[in-house]
Amino acid sequence: METTNILLAGVGGQGVLLASQIFTSVAIEAELDVKQSEVHGMSQRGGSVTSHVRFGKKVYSPTIDPGEADFLIGFERLETLRNMHCLKAGGTVVYNSMRINPGTVASGAVEYPGDVPEQIAAFGEKTFLIDGLGLAEQAGNTRSSNVVMVGAVSSFLPIPETLWESKIKEILPPKLVDLNLKAFHLGRDAVK
Amino acid sequence: MSAKKAILSGNEAIARGVWEAGVKLAAAYPGTPSTEILENVKNYSDIYSEWAPNEKVALEVGIGSSIAGARTLVTMKHVGVNVAADPLFTFSYTGVNGGLILVSADDPSMHSSQNEQDNRNYGKFAKIPVIEAADSQECKDFVAIALELSEKFDTPVLYRTTTRISHSKSIVTLGERKEQPGKVGLEKNMPKYTMLPVSAKRRHPLVEERILKLKEYAETTELNRVEMADTKIGIITNGISYQYVKEALPKASVLKLGLTYPLPENKIKEFAGKVDKLLIVEEGDPFFEEQVKVMGVKVDHGKDLFPLTGELSAAFIKAQVEGATLDLKAAVADLPGRPPAFCPGCSHRGIFTILRKLKVFVSGDIGCYTLGALPPITAMHTCVCMGASISMGHGMDKAVGKNDDYSQKVVSVIGDSTFFHSGMTSLLNCIYNKSASVAMILDNRTTGMTGGQENPGSGKTLGGEDAIAADIPALVKAFGIKNVVKINPYDLKDIEDKMRAALDSDEMTVVVVEAPCVLRYRISHPAWVVDRDKCTGCKQCLKVSCNALSLEKEGDDKFVVIDPNMCAGCGVCAQVCKFDAIGEAK
Repeated sequence: METTNILLAGVGGQGVLLASQIFTSVAIEAELDVKQSEVHGMSQRGGSVTSHVRFGKKVYSPTIDPGEADFLIGFERLETLRNMHCLKAGGTVVYNSMRINPGTVASGAVEYPGDVPEQIAAFGEKTFLIDGLGLAEQAGNTRSSNVVMVGAVSSFLPIPETLWESKIKEILPPKLVDLNLKAFHLGRDAVK
Repeated sequence: MSAKKAILSGNEAIARGVWEAGVKLAAAYPGTPSTEILENVKNYSDIYSEWAPNEKVALEVGIGSSIAGARTLVTMKHVGVNVAADPLFTFSYTGVNGGLILVSADDPSMHSSQNEQDNRNYGKFAKIPVIEAADSQECKDFVAIALELSEKFDTPVLYRTTTRISHSKSIVTLGERKEQPGKVGLEKNMPKYTMLPVSAKRRHPLVEERILKLKEYAETTELNRVEMADTKIGIITNGISYQYVKEALPKASVLKLGLTYPLPENKIKEFAGKVDKLLIVEEGDPFFEEQVKVMGVKVDHGKDLFPLTGELSAAFIKAQVEGATLDLKAAVADLPGRPPAFCPGCSHRGIFTILRKLKVFVSGDIGCYTLGALPPITAMHTCVCMGASISMGHGMDKAVGKNDDYSQKVVSVIGDSTFFHSGMTSLLNCIYNKSASVAMILDNRTTGMTGGQENPGSGKTLGGEDAIAADIPALVKAFGIKNVVKINPYDLKDIEDKMRAALDSDEMTVVVVEAPCVLRYRISHPAWVVDRDKCTGCKQCLKVSCNALSLEKEGDDKFVVIDPNMCAGCGVCAQVCKFDAIGEAK
């Protein structure tokens, strides 16, 4: 299997790291080599967060260079646009329509661009816009939108559905398993 | 049954490695990207672990443990080694009893640091070996080798990582714990451990001999590995750069160094002799390059292609080696940035709002409150290193002299953990030398920026046991400071009144702000709301820099809304509103 590069982009507190953890554990279970990289430190303070997940037969670098991501998973629309240049030609972007104001917008210094979906579409790559928040609410908790996004991207990967389900059961606290399985399937169905 | 595998970060793997290698004691001061090592070590009950108030203390605890015969781990971020350098250089002379590794987690690209110094230089400077892993499996496995090396050569080992090694995850095959070979117990050995000139003079030649022996060891150790392939290009590399090289140039021959000081001269010469062109790919300083050139080996490319600043990447290395222009897709320009900001409800927000209003010069320090330097607050005017705020503020105060103009007055701002780390001596200097500056200690009962670790003021140890919580006002009073003032950081009038009084006084005032971190202690009150009829859209409230607030537009109408999911109900924004438009929800 060629190396698959998945870049996850969002805002601190959105569960980007938990989503990465689901991808890496599924990849290990599928007996693939896997690396994941993120930078923590200031991420909890509402800043931009990215996480790089790479799996395949043998993976060296833990980071994905610009133009090399097979999948870009955007947890917020502006963060998706900010990372569109990381997608490779022919790549797939799956993003949550959710909007979170950065501090620079909240302080009135700059405006949140009104045409983010149009700018993302202008890249001309395979694009899937998901109402992550709505589907998470439908699943039972708005905080499960990260698992909705995992579900959406899972449908593009040659990994059996049961493997995703078993890892979600393993990683999430027992109380939250059912609603996250629901979130996963809502995401998975949303791109079909 | 196959061996157990896990996906671990470099930091988690080091923690696992020290457990497997029989380490008995671990000490550290938190610092990105090193923090998670001790946070994971604490989960192994076979190891005693603690947060020390600073890196010098952590290393000294470690030296004591090593002399007592225990295998020992000490961890810190790169700049922490500067703080610990004093004991480190003489510990190089005494050597160890139980093996000791000092992890220095460097931060090329400064993801969360004030400089990007290359701490391999400390190995050469202190004359101790440096070991570097290139993935999590090596992070774990090299720990055991490092401890054996430490004991065999009677030396502390500098175990250097970088952010991408510390924070990247990869698959690790786990092992079981093996207890350390030596016994723990105190044995007096003054010539070895009491560094008076008479004994130090005898130890120094041994240190020089040790480096020569380590050079021999470097030639044969499994830590250094040659991967011969196509001989057109040969690359000497280390750590994360190795992974980028393998990704970028899979056909090139590679000499991968795991023992990165001292270098294996014969092995390098032999490798250089087998390849047409020799390249050295290393992040940071030309640490290998300079030494390899001194060996008389021709280096075709090194720092001429790979910069002294920032991190490398596979794409960059490929482009540089092939002489191609790096043709990376550019990011969309001019998007609104998303810098980190004070959390909604953070006790620092009101403090910096008033410091900006008073137009004073703020001598800052290292912690979450350093975010007070960013727009729109921009009320921190210097930041150098841990503990520097108070001493630098004193220096400014003495240089400027008495002045009634607030813009020429200094307020030093420091957090609780940073105060314990190295602010206490600065404050002692202020009272001793009659400073008239103002110092603010922002005590939020945690080490916030690194993720909320315990500290000597938090009342808990690393392991979660109850501890004596240091009483900062009592401590400050014991130094002889008479004016110790407490303020409520959520009451802007209280802050302003007391700060004005402090600034107008000819004597030093220490302002103590006691307010627990809202993130660490999950403190939240009901969200506040904006009365749209009263809001004029003047944006005054937006200047407190809270991500829960934003300006909305409907036609020509501009007004502020508060996101109820983010607002922590602190009420600071309401206090700057001139139209009484923000209130508690009814």
